[in-house]
Amino acid sequence: MSMSKIVRAAADIIFVFILTFGFYIVAHGHLTPGGGFQGGAVIATGFVLLIAAYGSRALLDRFGKEWFRSSEALGLLVFIGTAFVALFLGATFFANWLANGGLIFGEAVAFGPNPGDLNTGGVIPIMNIAVGIEVLGALSLIVLYMLSGTEEGA
Amino acid sequence: MKQYIKAAVLLVLLAAFLVPTLSLDFGNPAETSLDDYFIRYGQEQTGGNNIVADVLMDFRGFDTLGEATVLLTAVLAVGLVFRRLHKEEEYEYE
Repeated sequence: MSMSKIVRAAADIIFVFILTFGFYIVAHGHLTPGGGFQGGAVIATGFVLLIAAYGSRALLDRFGKEWFRSSEALGLLVFIGTAFVALFLGATFFANWLANGGLIFGEAVAFGPNPGDLNTGGVIPIMNIAVGIEVLGALSLIVLYMLSGTEEGA
Repeated sequence: MKQYIKAAVLLVLLAAFLVPTLSLDFGNPAETSLDDYFIRYGQEQTGGNNIVADVLMDFRGFDTLGEATVLLTAVLAVGLVFRRLHKEEEYEYE
């Protein structure tokens, strides 16, 4: 069951900005307030907007529940995998094996206020992205499951 | 009579919560050594400017792992509650 054409056109436009804002919060989680969970929730809000405007049937024709289920599992796997890699490098579980290493996300940061650099943080940005992918799948899936219990989603 | 007892219990509860809250000295935590450590060394050890993200993803990684597991369990529970009970409809969740 879809809403009027005005709502659908507005949702089309706003959806892009919601996605951009959500990915910004996820990607800048180690520099600004926010992080994986909050950004993933914002992205899931965009999918809920699509469901409200177009109905769950239209969204499921495009993506399917498998898509969200896989994104949730993928996020968790990347999260735990990043934590496990530290074990193979001789550090402890969940050690920040990328920080200050000069590789990706490996720039050193001095103590005190600084303008911030995206290329810092070690495993923190990777884990933020993993948690963001997991949360966007999980929250969208919860909404889809709850909708399937109603008349409209059945 | 009953409503007086209710009001008295409410007032006592209100006082029990308000008096300790108002007598608290905010901005003066009793134990600050761990906070000072995070603020002093968080940026240098993890490279992240956001101390909250440093604590969540690095110093307290197990907490975030548990939180992700809680979310997975929540999705499982919601899928279990809202599953199809009757076979005659198309069976969507295997």
